[in-house]
Amino acid sequence: MTESIALLTIFVLAAFVGVEVISKVSSTLHTPLMSGANAIHGVILVGAIIVTGQADSALVVIVGLLAVVLATVNMVGGFVVTDRMLEMFRGPAARKKELHK
Amino acid sequence: MIATWAQIGYLVSAVCFIVALKALSSPRTARTGNLLGAAGAVLAVLITFIAYKPHHLVPILIALVIGAVGGAIGSRRVQMTHMPQLVALFNGVGGGAAALVALMELGEVESGETVAAIATAFTIVVGAISFSGSIVTFAKLQELMTTRPVTFPGLPVLFVAGILGAIALSGWLVSDPRVWVGVLLCLVGLAVGVMLVLPVGGADVPIVISLLNAFTGLTVAAGGYVLGNTLLLVAGTLVGAAGTLLTKLMADAMGRSVFNILFGAVRGGSTLGAGTVSDRPVISGGAQDVAILLAYAQRVIIVPGYGLAVAQAQHTLRELVEVLQGRGVKVDYAIHPVAGRMPGHMNVLLAEAQVPYDQLREMDEINPDFKATDVVLVVGANDVVNPAARNTPSAPIYGMPILNADEAQRVIFLKRSMRPGFAGIENELLYDPRTTLLFGDAKDSLTKLLAAVKTV
Repeated sequence: MTESIALLTIFVLAAFVGVEVISKVSSTLHTPLMSGANAIHGVILVGAIIVTGQADSALVVIVGLLAVVLATVNMVGGFVVTDRMLEMFRGPAARKKELHK
Repeated sequence: MIATWAQIGYLVSAVCFIVALKALSSPRTARTGNLLGAAGAVLAVLITFIAYKPHHLVPILIALVIGAVGGAIGSRRVQMTHMPQLVALFNGVGGGAAALVALMELGEVESGETVAAIATAFTIVVGAISFSGSIVTFAKLQELMTTRPVTFPGLPVLFVAGILGAIALSGWLVSDPRVWVGVLLCLVGLAVGVMLVLPVGGADVPIVISLLNAFTGLTVAAGGYVLGNTLLLVAGTLVGAAGTLLTKLMADAMGRSVFNILFGAVRGGSTLGAGTVSDRPVISGGAQDVAILLAYAQRVIIVPGYGLAVAQAQHTLRELVEVLQGRGVKVDYAIHPVAGRMPGHMNVLLAEAQVPYDQLREMDEINPDFKATDVVLVVGANDVVNPAARNTPSAPIYGMPILNADEAQRVIFLKRSMRPGFAGIENELLYDPRTTLLFGDAKDSLTKLLAAVKTV
């Protein structure tokens, strides 16, 4: 199996997993789903680091660093704001328990 | 090829992301799932630093800290009502980052690697579309520009020309991968993104966020293909699938096709009506009258809308509901799928006010109950109870599933004025003899109602 076929296989399987997992998400949580999925694509940060780390010319490094900043904003901001939202969805019982601790 | 241990590490990260999405099936597990997703992301970044040993380590780390601080501050400070624009903004910068990564990678792609070149071109153009489209969406939602559809003569021609230009440039890039062609492609993508979102207006804007989210996901997946990085491939594809599915769910909830939402204004129709106000008589009442109606009802359904959140009146509403429940009134909240400014937005806004999520009922679940309901209290909502969606084929929202508030015995609207809702069309239900209007700011009205109900 060549590498490109392996990657294509991963792509197709991941698409099925994505549809399967997301169709079970309760509609109550559609906003956190959108922002959570948003945070996940911030993982392009990994690509930004790889490419910047291999760059030679100053111009490419600067563009790469810009990509690193943008991707980090996406990733960190996305996870933090999703956490803020989901924190509010805990039931009142859980909140009381925390107060008593 | 990177080391096997790093590949396995990436696999662990990918599983974390899948579990994070899966955990969203219940509010109880969702938060833990999100933290796991964040842990997966941190793991992926650590692995990348160790396995690839990037040069320019210090500048990269500084860029990371700047991005992290910026993202964290932005998301800590944002008000929950402004969530849609924040999501749009984060989505845009992600798409922008992906386009830049692909541009830099262009130097590495050699002619002959057709699939990699196609994936690179795709990442550049769709990433650019996602970036500029999201920025325009942000500007619309933040009301930095008009929320109405913006069209001008020649826009459709220009748009089609942009698309054809992008395809032509992509073809050129595939046969001869040169950086300046890539830059040109990126610029065309930016223009197409702006033209894609400008004609979208009113209640349709949030759907575009979801669509652009899917775009960015697919961009990241294509970027993963170019870099031969399985984690990017899996994560991007997951988001692409999520965004696509959500876009469809949302379009269904409004009874419209995605095509219509994007190109409706260009063809002449959109969800925005004329926005005129008629001077027909309505019945308005005082807080005391409404309080009596509510206090002596057996069954009350609350229909909350964006106006409630704008007035920051969720807490007062919850107190009112608690007092009514204390009197033995059965009270539920009816949540329309597009209440607020994005799907599920109203749930977040009510959760912020500590309304237990089991009191929130979905449209399909609660619609049969309206017939046996004494009083429906509509707070800051309008379009989601507008019978025109059912009865008036010429109405811009015709076909959108609505909450059957018009089937209840009495309907009370808390409204600021007679101005039409987000979709800009008149609501017949306001003129119904069974309807009472209580004018004023939602928070003031609810505070008065709360005081009045306590004395009844």
